[in-house]
Amino acid sequence: MTENHKQTVVALVENKPGVLNRVASLFRRRNFNVDSLTVGRTHKPHISRMTIVVDAARTDGRRIAANLFKLVNVIDVKLVSEEPYVSRDLALVKVRTDDAESRNAVTLICERYPARIVDIGTKVAIIEITAQEDIVEALIHELEPIGIVELVRTGVVAMGRGVRILDADYEPPVMMGQENGSYQVYGV
Amino acid sequence: MLLTGAEIVMECLLREGVEVMFGYPGGAILPTYDAMTKYPQIRHVLVRHEQGAAHMADGYARATGRVGVAIATSGPGATNLVTGIGTAMMDSSPIVCITGQVPRGAIGSDAFQEIDITGITLPITKHNYLVNDVRELAYTIREAFHIARTGRPGPVLVDIPKDVQNEKIEFEYPEGPIRLPGYRPPSAADADQLAAALELIRKAKKPVILAGHGILMSGASNELRELSERAQIPVTLTLLGKGAMPENHPLCVGMMGMHGAAACNYAIQEADLLIALGMRFDDRVTGNLKTYSPNSRKIHVDIDPSEINKNVKVDVGIAGDVRTVLAQMLPHVPSKQHPEWITQIRDWQEDGDERDILHYESEGKLFGAQVINDLWKYTGGDAVTVTDVGQHQMLEAQYYPHQRPATLLTSGGLGTMGFGLPAAIGAKFGKPDEEVWAIVGDGGFQMTMCELATAMQEGVKVNIAILNNAFLGMVRQWQEFFYEERYQATPMYSPDFVKLAEAFGIPAMRVTSRDQIEESVNFARSHETTVLIEYVIEKEEIVYPMVPAGADLHNMLRRPKPGEKQQS
Repeated sequence: MTENHKQTVVALVENKPGVLNRVASLFRRRNFNVDSLTVGRTHKPHISRMTIVVDAARTDGRRIAANLFKLVNVIDVKLVSEEPYVSRDLALVKVRTDDAESRNAVTLICERYPARIVDIGTKVAIIEITAQEDIVEALIHELEPIGIVELVRTGVVAMGRGVRILDADYEPPVMMGQENGSYQVYGV
Repeated sequence: MLLTGAEIVMECLLREGVEVMFGYPGGAILPTYDAMTKYPQIRHVLVRHEQGAAHMADGYARATGRVGVAIATSGPGATNLVTGIGTAMMDSSPIVCITGQVPRGAIGSDAFQEIDITGITLPITKHNYLVNDVRELAYTIREAFHIARTGRPGPVLVDIPKDVQNEKIEFEYPEGPIRLPGYRPPSAADADQLAAALELIRKAKKPVILAGHGILMSGASNELRELSERAQIPVTLTLLGKGAMPENHPLCVGMMGMHGAAACNYAIQEADLLIALGMRFDDRVTGNLKTYSPNSRKIHVDIDPSEINKNVKVDVGIAGDVRTVLAQMLPHVPSKQHPEWITQIRDWQEDGDERDILHYESEGKLFGAQVINDLWKYTGGDAVTVTDVGQHQMLEAQYYPHQRPATLLTSGGLGTMGFGLPAAIGAKFGKPDEEVWAIVGDGGFQMTMCELATAMQEGVKVNIAILNNAFLGMVRQWQEFFYEERYQATPMYSPDFVKLAEAFGIPAMRVTSRDQIEESVNFARSHETTVLIEYVIEKEEIVYPMVPAGADLHNMLRRPKPGEKQQS
C-alpha cells in the first residue's frame, strides 16, 4: 500500500470531553474505514488537533471531511493530502537480540533508516523510528525476520507545507463542489 | 437576580419565544416542573408517553417552522424520547429536548433512573449537551435553540442533572452573538458555481426540478415557482417536498419515487438535466443508483455540504441555503420553452390517470384511495394533514394534492409508525386556526393511541381518520409481491375504535361506504373536540405504482388499465 492511495484529513477540534467520542461515533455510524486516527493538544489549550488517514479506495476523505465539519465541536477540517504536506509516524519496535548476529543485524538496519536504538540488553532491544508511514513500514518489514516481540505506533500526524496555516483563530468560508463536483475546505 | 438552574431553564425558554412545551414529569426533572409554576406564559402539555412529546414537538416545529420543545425526566423518560428524536433527525425538524439527569455526584454509579442519554442520542441529534455547571446553562440553551433552527435544522438534546437544576446563581441573560467557532452553516453560492449551473440550465432540453423539504424550510416556494415558470421546467416533489409548489400548477408533475407518479419517474429517467433543490437523493426516490437518470447532468443545491455527492455524483454541487441560492440565480435564468418535453410528460400523466383506481368499478368496496380523495374534496384540499406510515401515507401523498407549504406533515426518513396522532396534536398547537387531520392506519394508530387522552385533557381539536384495513397494509403488500402472499404477522386485530373513542369521551363514527364520507367530514367539523372516524376499507388494496426496493426507477409495477390484464 503506497502513500498515494491514502488520504489524510486534519481537524481542529474543541478540547472538550466527549469530542473524540463524537468523531469515533461518526466514523462508526457512517461506516467510514479509518487507517489511523491520532489526537493531541496544540499550543492553544482549548484546541486539539486530529490527523485521520484513510484508504481512499475504501472511504473518500472528502466525505469524511464534509461530515466532520458538521460536528459542532469541529472547528476546522482540511484534506491536507490534496496539496504538499509532511507526515510522520512514530514506532517503537522491540526485537529479539539474544545473540551477536541479531544485535549486528539490528544495528546495520537502523543505520539505513531514520531510526535509533533506544534500549538494548542481552535479550531484546527497542528501536525508535520517526518517519513517513511507508518508511516505518519498510523498517518493520526488515526487522520481522529478526523477531519482533512487541510493537507500538502512534499513527500518522500531518501538516501542510509552507504558509498554508490551519489555525483555529481564523474562521474560513467553506466552499463546496466546483463544476467537477469536487469538494474543498480552505484552511487559509 | 438570584435564580435556580430550573428557573434559568424557564427564563431561557421564554427568551426563545417558546409558547408551549410537551412533556412528562419525573424525579430528576421535578425542579424544572416546579419552576414552571412561576412561568404560566409557557403552556405545558402533559403527554401519555414521552415518544408522544417528541412527536408533538416535531409536529409543532414542522407546522410552524419554530423550534418545538419536549421535556422528560431521566432514564426511561429520556429513552422514550429516542424514536421521536430519530424521526426529527432524519427529517431535519428543529426540536429541543430537555431531560433531567441524576445529580452530578451520582452520574456513573448506575443510580435509579440513570441513563447515558447523551451517549444514546449522540448519533441521532444534531448536537447534544450534558450541562455540568449551572453557569453554562443559559449559554447552552441559547446554543441549543440556535443549532436546532439554523443551517440544516435538527434535534438538540440538553441533559441537566437535578442538582444543577437546584443550584442558585446570580443570573443575567447572555446577550450578544453566539460563540460557536465550529458551527458555520453555508449560505450562498459563489460566482463560478452559479455560472456553471446557469450554463447547464441554458443548454438543457429536457430539464426536471426535484424539489424537497429544503424548499419548505428555507421558504423558497416563490423562488422555485419563478424558476420553473421562467425556464418552463417541470417540478417533481419528494414526499417531504409536497407543498413546495402548488400541485394544481400546470408545471407541477407530482411526487417522485417508490410510490410516486409514474410521469415523475419517467421524466427523471429521461431528463437531460436534474436540478435538485433541498433534497438528498434518498433511496426511496432514486431506486437503483446505477441506472438513475443516466443521461442527465445534475445540479444539487443543499444546505448540508455532506449531502453533495453522497448518493448521486453531480456536475454542479452548491452547498447553500436554497432560497439564497435561487435568489442569486433567478436574475440570470433565461426564458425558455420545451414544448416537446412538456407534451411528453403530459402523455405519461394521461397514461397514469387512466390507470387510476378511482376509474375502476368499486363493486361495493371502499378503497383507501377513495377515502383520501374524498377527504381532499370535502376539506377543500386545504387542511393540514398529518399521516402515519404505510399505505395510507402513500395514498395521502397521491390523492391529497397540497397547495401550500407545511400542510402535509409526515415521517419520511425514519418512517416512524405512531407519528401521526401526536404530531397532529403538536401541529394544532402551532396552527390553532387550521383544520388539522391525522390520517392514520389501524397499525400505527395503535402505537400511540394513548395520546387520545392528551387531546381531551388539553382540549385540542384534531380530526382523526383511521383507514382500517385490518392489516399492516404496506407490509402485506410486500408479502403479496415478494413473499408469495405469506401474510406472516400482518393481519391485525383492533379494538372497536368507535367504542374506544367513546371511552375517552371522543365523538366517533364508522364509515363503511363512500357515500358516508361527506357526512363524516361534516361530523368532524360539527364538534369542538377531537373527533375520530374509522373508515373500514378494502383489506387487500395495493398502492400503485411501485418501484420495488433497489429496482430501476422506470421499472415500476403499474396498475393495469381497466380491461387490461394484470402484469406478472
